[in-house]
Amino acid sequence: MSWWTPQVEAIAFALFQALVILIAAVGAGALLTMVERRLLGLWQDRYGPNRVGPFGVLQILADMLKILFKEDWIPPFADRTFFVLAPAIAMASLLLSFMIIPITPSWGVADLHIGLLFFFAMAGINVYAVLFGGWSSGNKYALLGAMRASAQTLSYEVFMGLSLMGVVAMAGSFNMREIVAAQETIWFIVPQFFGFCTFLVAGIAVTHRHPFDQPEAEQELADGYHIEYSGMKWGMFFIGEYVGIVLVSALMVTLFLGGWHGPWLPPIVWFLLKTTVFVGFFVLLRAALPRPRYDAVMSFGWKICLPLTLINLLVTGALILVFSPAGG
Amino acid sequence: MEIAFYLSAVVAVLATLGVVTGRHPVHALLYLIVSLIAVAMVFFALGAPFAGALEIIVYAGAIMVLFVFVVMMLNLGEAAAQQERAWLRLSTWLGPAILSGVLLLVLLVTLIGADVGGRIEGETLTAKAVGTLLFGPYLVVVELAAMLLLAALVAASHLGRSEAHDEAHAVRQVPSKRTADGRGRAASERPLGDDTSNEENSR
Repeated sequence: MSWWTPQVEAIAFALFQALVILIAAVGAGALLTMVERRLLGLWQDRYGPNRVGPFGVLQILADMLKILFKEDWIPPFADRTFFVLAPAIAMASLLLSFMIIPITPSWGVADLHIGLLFFFAMAGINVYAVLFGGWSSGNKYALLGAMRASAQTLSYEVFMGLSLMGVVAMAGSFNMREIVAAQETIWFIVPQFFGFCTFLVAGIAVTHRHPFDQPEAEQELADGYHIEYSGMKWGMFFIGEYVGIVLVSALMVTLFLGGWHGPWLPPIVWFLLKTTVFVGFFVLLRAALPRPRYDAVMSFGWKICLPLTLINLLVTGALILVFSPAGG
Repeated sequence: MEIAFYLSAVVAVLATLGVVTGRHPVHALLYLIVSLIAVAMVFFALGAPFAGALEIIVYAGAIMVLFVFVVMMLNLGEAAAQQERAWLRLSTWLGPAILSGVLLLVLLVTLIGADVGGRIEGETLTAKAVGTLLFGPYLVVVELAAMLLLAALVAASHLGRSEAHDEAHAVRQVPSKRTADGRGRAASERPLGDDTSNEENSR
């Protein structure tokens, strides 16, 4: 075994890690489709899907079978290239973002210098999924959904970046591992509470989750940008949304809740536990809140969240300068 | 890294050609997005990951979204493609193409003449290094750019706002005279006005 050098071993291990994280992310997204309906049922005082298998856990399998065997229909009036491209962008851009998340001290796909910026870049590209999907469908409801989505995502991405700059300033790095390491003594949710709140809002808006799901809005737009999609293409939008939830939850844990840090339990358990809590919170939001009007959503982003993040950044910067004499 | 550089450079050039020759506006925009991402990859290969990430976030992720957004709403159909075809006749593009070919030749000669070898494997610049440069020697330029952007932002906000106000008044004053169709139009126009002001802001 002369070819089995330490270098090859490192590459193999990295590949294995990447594969496990990829499959876990997709699996979690798929599992969430069932978990969400069960939790919604619980909170709305009704049964969720509980027929297939014990507690309805095999519902995913039934859904998968249905989605995979549905006719994968492309409308004749659609723009084929874009119609096929859109779901791929939706899923790929979010899955790629899992690359930067450090799960435990030894697990994580890539250790990028610009870690956080990579997530912003992918979130920026993710907009095209909705835009292209809505436009190429050749349907006015889809186009309306796409327009709402792009306007909403653009305005929420602006302060999503700003809301995290406080964290970056305190950690002194865009690197996710260094951000986690900087939270050894105190989690950033305490000194960066406003950053946490605004990032939570922006994260929900970017994943188009309730109460920011105006792009989909079944009641007015009959499902918005993916109205013409069926079969697995629609499934990719669907799973992509849940992958987005898991991603934003994991990011929130990494950036504000100390990542894998925690007493007694091993790091991986802490990470998964915290992420699960946030995913549950996402679902609870959907169960609890009504959908606001579209222009209210827009003005909330620009008139409340953006100034809040700017003030937060200013105060954080001032405090860092006051308390760290090394900076002067 | 050299392979990455040359590959992404080739992609950038081909994609840009696609933008110029594309007949369908949205398809041309897709090529432009690919071209911008390829340029970002060139930055990565040259050891400037910060610039590369910003290229994707700002150009591919924000500005191009606005372009796509506007072009999609124009609903350009077969007429636009016809017009584009007329513009892409040989007699139209041959002259400019020859002239820019001469410019390219000059550029290539200068590049080959000058010693630029070994730049691809340069050191990796961190975000911190870029920041230190921007807020050190180039502070005045950064401040001037910030003032310019602020002026643009205030102007855009002013323009967008007055329009939205007028429309809100018009709708409020004569609610009964508008037909259902008219009201629907006004309602769909208002968020649109908001959007345009947001577009300016996010730049």
